[in-house]
Amino acid sequence: MARPTSPADAAGLGKGRAVAFVLPAVTLIAVFLIFPALWTIYLGLTDYRLTGLAAANPRIVGADNYAGALTDPRFQYSLWLTIAYVGGSAIIGQAGLGFALAWILRTRAGPVRRAVEGVVLLSWILPGTVVGFLWYALLDRDDGTLNALLNTPGFAWLLDHPLLSIIVFNVWRGTAFSMMLYGAALENVPPSHLETARLAGASVPRQLRDVVLPRIRRHILTNLLLISMWTFNDFTPFVLTGGGPEGRSEILPVYVYRVALRDGQLGVGAAISFLILLINLIVALAYLRLLRGRSRYRDTAAAGGTPA
Amino acid sequence: MRLPTRHPWRRPVRHRGPAVTAAIAVLALTSCGSGGNTPQDGITLTIAANSIEGGKNAETAQWIKQWVIPEFEKTHPDVTVQFQPSGVDDEQYKTKIALDLKSRTGADVIDADGIWVGEFAQAGYLKPLTEIGGAAVEQWEGWARIPQAVQGLGIFDGKKYGLPQGTDGRVLFYNKTLFRKAGLPDNWQPTSWQAIIDAGTKLKAAGVPTPIQLNAGTAMGEATTMQGVLPLLAGAGAEIYAGGKWTGDSQAMKDVLGLYRQIYGGSGLGDPKLQQEAKGRDKSFAQFADGKIGILAESDYFWRAVVEPRTGVAPMRDRNEAVGYARIPARQPGAGIRGQDYVSMSGGAVRVLNPFSKNPKLAWDLLAFMHSPEATKSQLAGQARISARSDVNDQVLTVDPMLKYVADEVLPITAYRPGLAVYPQVSTALQEATAAVVSGKSPAEAAAAYRGKLEGLVGGAANIAG
Repeated sequence: MARPTSPADAAGLGKGRAVAFVLPAVTLIAVFLIFPALWTIYLGLTDYRLTGLAAANPRIVGADNYAGALTDPRFQYSLWLTIAYVGGSAIIGQAGLGFALAWILRTRAGPVRRAVEGVVLLSWILPGTVVGFLWYALLDRDDGTLNALLNTPGFAWLLDHPLLSIIVFNVWRGTAFSMMLYGAALENVPPSHLETARLAGASVPRQLRDVVLPRIRRHILTNLLLISMWTFNDFTPFVLTGGGPEGRSEILPVYVYRVALRDGQLGVGAAISFLILLINLIVALAYLRLLRGRSRYRDTAAAGGTPA
Repeated sequence: MRLPTRHPWRRPVRHRGPAVTAAIAVLALTSCGSGGNTPQDGITLTIAANSIEGGKNAETAQWIKQWVIPEFEKTHPDVTVQFQPSGVDDEQYKTKIALDLKSRTGADVIDADGIWVGEFAQAGYLKPLTEIGGAAVEQWEGWARIPQAVQGLGIFDGKKYGLPQGTDGRVLFYNKTLFRKAGLPDNWQPTSWQAIIDAGTKLKAAGVPTPIQLNAGTAMGEATTMQGVLPLLAGAGAEIYAGGKWTGDSQAMKDVLGLYRQIYGGSGLGDPKLQQEAKGRDKSFAQFADGKIGILAESDYFWRAVVEPRTGVAPMRDRNEAVGYARIPARQPGAGIRGQDYVSMSGGAVRVLNPFSKNPKLAWDLLAFMHSPEATKSQLAGQARISARSDVNDQVLTVDPMLKYVADEVLPITAYRPGLAVYPQVSTALQEATAAVVSGKSPAEAAAAYRGKLEGLVGGAANIAG
């Protein structure tokens, strides 16, 4: 406590101690994060395979894997599917439905709210394979529950609308997280502000735009960042469709699985994994920039003396 | 212990700690000692197979658990044998054992498809049996009993890597009940592809939902290549690999894809959606057993493990009366490979030793035991099949007419896949070609796309014929 502190050394630890404190964490990150990432880059430069001669003696092939992946129509198609999957199920579906539920439930209390929250949460906490199997049973062509309910025997949901099927599935599965996050965020909006807006005759869309949105903007961005990353790397649709029919639901994680493990092309798989890592980084950086821009704006606003 | 003891009742609990630890330690020690009396006890051998009780290849799982393990442990009291079951698609099982061997772990004795031996050996995942089991391997009595062609299933580059479990042959299975309804004969033997189409058309007219099931698409994996493309290709007079060259977009290949078009291109003879489903092959089995499919191309595996009345995955109680079988015809008589009228394809499973086994000599003992005449006979008692051993086949094949049919009529006209490491990738390209036709592309387009992929796989046009 008596140790003198300075602006550069707020905790008053000194360089040596500070390094000693950070070292274990840095070591863990290096061993489990940085080294595998570098190893992936190296593997992506080889023709390493799961079996055969190239499994015993992989050769360096340079950027061939990257060039091959980028020009492979199947990769481009898979990337497009993934963007549609993230956009449809995470950004529009989960975030939209989650916010709608949170907004509607905000003023409700008692059994209705608890029941809705319970049902939505249940889909979130069930293990992925279990949920995947349940949805397979729901959408199956021959004995599916949905066909029995709609009286449409033999309609092949998973084969005729594979992308739509997995989007709806993921909306159902992941809405709980957005709902809870927005529910908590909406509690930050002072009821008096909404009251004032209502008295001034603002419609609901206007209230949302001018009162609610500025308050919860950071929550929205954080939520979008998290759910887009999760959805981008989601493997669960494999349980429903196996990437099929003929690749029409083969989002990038499933594509990598097929290339690396089913076809045994570990080198190509590593190259694609690295490309996915890059895409993730770009998306994450874009969101973080938006977040930072927002906080700077708020800092200046606070410095200007505007009352919060 | 730096926890604040706010509650007096916590004390006795804390005291119990060391006592519990000691008790666990004692338990652990006694459990180590209870395995046997010799100092080198605790030897465990593991058998892995893609079979599971109540599921895929249930007979094999039962045989291993109820006969192999107790009998082997009787003669080797210090050894515990464990069974590691699986019940998944062959491709998934292959990935699993490749990853096991890659990380130098896995079971000591492993079931594998003979076609994987080459690529596994090249990767260093398998070693010749003599390098693992020692001199005992060459002195094994069984070698003289296994025909050369069958031994070939476990041979790569002239070295023996595995013991063959037996072989199989592809035929056309048909539902006699549906055939009667459509006015087709009980003893059906088509002599050309057109005869199959004609029968399918009659079945369709008689109200059979899916007259013909000819495996197609990538979801069925190797089953598409082995039960579909390759026998048809042989019937069109070509082999996938012959004289050092691969078959490209030749006329024979276009004919094969043309037949797929006839079945799946809107004629209603086949169900295109079934070929695309993730579990399409299993569903096709269930639909045949349900009387919804008229004709289905499969190996004798279908007879002994799928529609088998007691333990099959899609059992048919009246299998012996209701299920007929016929040889696969060439496009037209005499158009098949070697000028044959009828064709087939054969493969077979092998058992290999894990080169990273901690007890390689004992593992060989177990492997040899599993292929002894007694073991083979015991396995066949539960499930008749064409075993690798001719001495056993002579005794048991008379029991099952279907297997005798395969041994007598099909094996003499059959062909084998090339045991080359690149084959599985060529096979995938063939599956993709059939998938393209099923989803509406023309045979010529699909064949051209296949050729493009093939050139990338086998090192250019110089290695492709046709």
